[in-house]
Amino acid sequence: MMSAFEIARPEIFLLIAACVVLLLDLFVGKNARVVTYLATQASLLTTALLIYSSSFNQEMKVVGLDRMYVLDELAGFLKISIVGFAMLSFIYARKYLRDQNLWRGEFFVLGMTSVLGMLIMSSGYNLLVLYLGLEVLSLSMYALVALHRDNGKAIEAAMKYFILGAVGSGMLLYGMSLLYGISGGLGVDHLSTFFNAQPANDVKVLFALTFIVAGLAFKLGAVPFHMWLPDVYQGAPTAVTLFLGSAPKVAAFALVMRILAEGLGSVEESWSQMLMVLGLLSIIVGNLFAVAQHNMKRMLAYSTISHMGFIIMGVITSSHIGYSAAMFYVVTYALMSAAAFALLILLSRTGYEAETLDDLKGLNERSPWLAFLVMLMMLSMMGFPLTVGFYSKLAVIQAVVGKELVWPAVIMVVMSVVGAFYYLRVLKLMYFEKPADNTTIDVGIDFYGVLSVNSLLLLGLGVFPGGLMALCSAVLSASQL
Amino acid sequence: MGFLASMWDLVPDVLQTIIVILLKIVAILLPLILAVAYTTLAERKVIGFMQVRLGPNRVGPRGLFQPFADVLKLLIKEVVIPAESNRYLFLLAPMLALVPSFVAWSVIPFFDGGVLANINAGLLFLLALTSLGVYGIILAGWASNSKYAMLSALRAGAQVISYEIAMGFALVGVLMAAGDLNLTKIVNAQSGSIFSWFIWPLFGLFLVYFISGVAETNRAPFDVAEGESEIVAGFHVEYSGMGFALFFLAEYANMILISALTSLMFLGGWLSPFQGLTFLTDTPVIGWVFGNGIHWLFFKISIFLFLYLWFRATFPRYRYDQIMRLGWKVLIPVTIVWIFGEMIAVGLGWKPWL
Amino acid sequence: MTFVQFLFNIYAGITIAAAIGVVTVRNSVYAALCLILTFFSSAAIWILLEAEFLGIVLVLVYVGAVMVLFLFVIMMLDINREQLVERFIKYLPAGIAVAVIIAIEMIVVIQRSAFDTSEQYKAVAQNAPDYNNTEALGELLYTQYLYPFEIAAVVLLVAIIAAIMLTLRKRAVNVRSQDIEKQLRVRPEDRVRLVKMKSGQ
Repeated sequence: MMSAFEIARPEIFLLIAACVVLLLDLFVGKNARVVTYLATQASLLTTALLIYSSSFNQEMKVVGLDRMYVLDELAGFLKISIVGFAMLSFIYARKYLRDQNLWRGEFFVLGMTSVLGMLIMSSGYNLLVLYLGLEVLSLSMYALVALHRDNGKAIEAAMKYFILGAVGSGMLLYGMSLLYGISGGLGVDHLSTFFNAQPANDVKVLFALTFIVAGLAFKLGAVPFHMWLPDVYQGAPTAVTLFLGSAPKVAAFALVMRILAEGLGSVEESWSQMLMVLGLLSIIVGNLFAVAQHNMKRMLAYSTISHMGFIIMGVITSSHIGYSAAMFYVVTYALMSAAAFALLILLSRTGYEAETLDDLKGLNERSPWLAFLVMLMMLSMMGFPLTVGFYSKLAVIQAVVGKELVWPAVIMVVMSVVGAFYYLRVLKLMYFEKPADNTTIDVGIDFYGVLSVNSLLLLGLGVFPGGLMALCSAVLSASQL
Repeated sequence: MGFLASMWDLVPDVLQTIIVILLKIVAILLPLILAVAYTTLAERKVIGFMQVRLGPNRVGPRGLFQPFADVLKLLIKEVVIPAESNRYLFLLAPMLALVPSFVAWSVIPFFDGGVLANINAGLLFLLALTSLGVYGIILAGWASNSKYAMLSALRAGAQVISYEIAMGFALVGVLMAAGDLNLTKIVNAQSGSIFSWFIWPLFGLFLVYFISGVAETNRAPFDVAEGESEIVAGFHVEYSGMGFALFFLAEYANMILISALTSLMFLGGWLSPFQGLTFLTDTPVIGWVFGNGIHWLFFKISIFLFLYLWFRATFPRYRYDQIMRLGWKVLIPVTIVWIFGEMIAVGLGWKPWL
Repeated sequence: MTFVQFLFNIYAGITIAAAIGVVTVRNSVYAALCLILTFFSSAAIWILLEAEFLGIVLVLVYVGAVMVLFLFVIMMLDINREQLVERFIKYLPAGIAVAVIIAIEMIVVIQRSAFDTSEQYKAVAQNAPDYNNTEALGELLYTQYLYPFEIAAVVLLVAIIAAIMLTLRKRAVNVRSQDIEKQLRVRPEDRVRLVKMKSGQ
């Protein structure tokens, strides 16, 4: 039995580490809570090393634990990026939590359990495991959103997130149960072999797929299942929003890949059209609504919706190029999103939450270097050439065109142009307006350094996207996708 | 006789089974109800003696017919339904309290093979049924439209749910020791001698189980749900006549049930303490007394019933928060630690009880 | 119709009627009670299918614990019916429209009796007389499904941590509260002083 479980070393280690940190936090006082923080980061780093050592040492895909757990390069890559983004989020979160009097050990414990859920999702090879991983992630997230429990907005956001998340989970679960009824099994490999032999476009399958797609769309925040996203992004403490906007997106992508691409790849024509409508709607609605937002967090939420639309468009091509493009997109998007929310954390201080666009006014006068970094973020989100955002959008659109879906590609391009408006508005506020308040921006060198590296990466990956793209492509082809 | 047998053969098969089952049910319930009646008398007598009083002694010789007088009084009393109460639930509640405590007896084995329904998951079935009794109390409290009844319902609900956890854990210990959920098999797993009874290796769980049992039945010292000094009479404050009698019946039937379960699971049920001492059990007449048999079960049940009465006469009532503290912070940790130890013992193959 | 089928029909009928009751009765306490009845009769159906463990656990967990707390909360709530009805009527047209659309869509999708599985699932496997559902489930849960089973435990752990995090509050500094350990450590000498008195004074 021991040897069978060895395959899940990173997950087991992280679970134990989360319990240890939970207990450790009880014994360190309020003033020594940095110990909790350091222990969390150290455990996450160890987890990443464990993942690295187990995932990339073999050529083949390994399936273990009674075909519940898969270890392939796709899982390895996604898991390492998830852990990486989580660590990045915690670095940024530290300042915010201290300032806003939320510096509590539970943030880190729940953060670790949510990472655990994401890891389980990334290497789940059975619908049951995928669903349970999703629940571990979601439960931790619901609680994290309500971290600021005396704040009405945070509670409202958590409540909305919880109820709509439960509806989404219910749909997903119902779809899974229908799939079980149709195919007689829950394993991803079982589904894939079953549907290979089965004629496509069966009504039963369509029926099940509708629920699966709707459930996944809830989790991704695709239109028309996006209602929770702006409220949650706005209501949650910024540190939590930052976390929520980065690593879980990668995990959601993993979920989509495992269920749709790997399990149901052979009935691709049944789900790709449904998803395409959702993807296009997300791109349209996300970009149009973002224009009207005055709150920075809400604006970024709508921009997230549109970015999710792009990722979906990459997936629906159900081709190697499309999957690689979507994977490239999700990783780089998580990077951009982390940087953007880190900016909001940076502008907040004790008793003051920076979240409206006015807070960015005249940033250039207050700190030119920071303004430059923000410019990089905004240009990248917009998809300006030479930034990574441009390349990721380009790759997805190429894949879509490659599938001879010309009209969708046109809509995507047009909407990107519309989107440019609100990103550029931020630049205008920073460079051409007088600052509203002149408090000096005061953060630790580590925060500043990490944010600089993070933002410069957006430029660096934009100039040299080849390496990451090749990695994405290689990882996917190792899993025959 | 032959005529009766031939008549019996004429009855269709399905009906035959139903009639047999009904007769068995009557054979269990009638003695049970009688036992309840005399437990009430015993209670008043025992507590009377403990408090240096005589107790009831007017109806019949030494007050032996007192229970019948009580029943008659309650039967002919008017059932008052309070204004603004919820009529249906008000009438339904006493039945909901009574039914689970009667149904539970269907899986209790009285001797080897002497059980109405010998089901696989008997222990779980009992746990499920004992958890249902609380509905009677909660609904009675709510439907009465009375503050005192409502407060009592809340107390009872919280108390029963808290103690159910400790109780369930104690049962897990029994299940691990016996390796089965079937009550007959649990008793048989304790056969051998008095030292193979589960009370020895599971002494902590035995204490926890009986304490939780007392709390589950809302008896003193855990009777905050009907604490007359605070909330009049609690959930049944608005009930009169038969409604009240049913609650009473349910409470005492539950007491007997908990006593029976404790005897079955920890004291070897119908097994004799002299089991294995062949010089005693092989003697012709005395052997029957010293051998295994239903009388030992009744004897053990009586001991626990006496404990119930003794508690009531001697212990002061717990305060509500103290009850919660005892349940969550003392009993549950004890059971968890005990089960953990037992787990190690079972894992390493130390099974002193086998 | 065998006896089992007869029982099944009764329980199935109760389940459906009670489930309809949950959504139609006006009094929310009645709705909760209907839900309890639904659970109960579905447990009976499970037991008819020889899944006694699942059936009993359904009663134990949902009826015995979850619904008690549910009923608790409903009884404590002071629901303003008029406001509720007002809102209900306000959203009724939209609700009906969505319901009708979904119903039509479902009918269109299922029209070809795609779910007619009578052929496929005709024979219910008959288990051996000494079949033990509890054992069978335990066997599966602790071997083949151990990994998801453990993850389910993690879900519960996370739920506990989250619930405590959201509700546990430190007591205010000036509140008097009792220290049980201190109370238990009290000895008679600390509280009572026995004084020898000469009689007759």
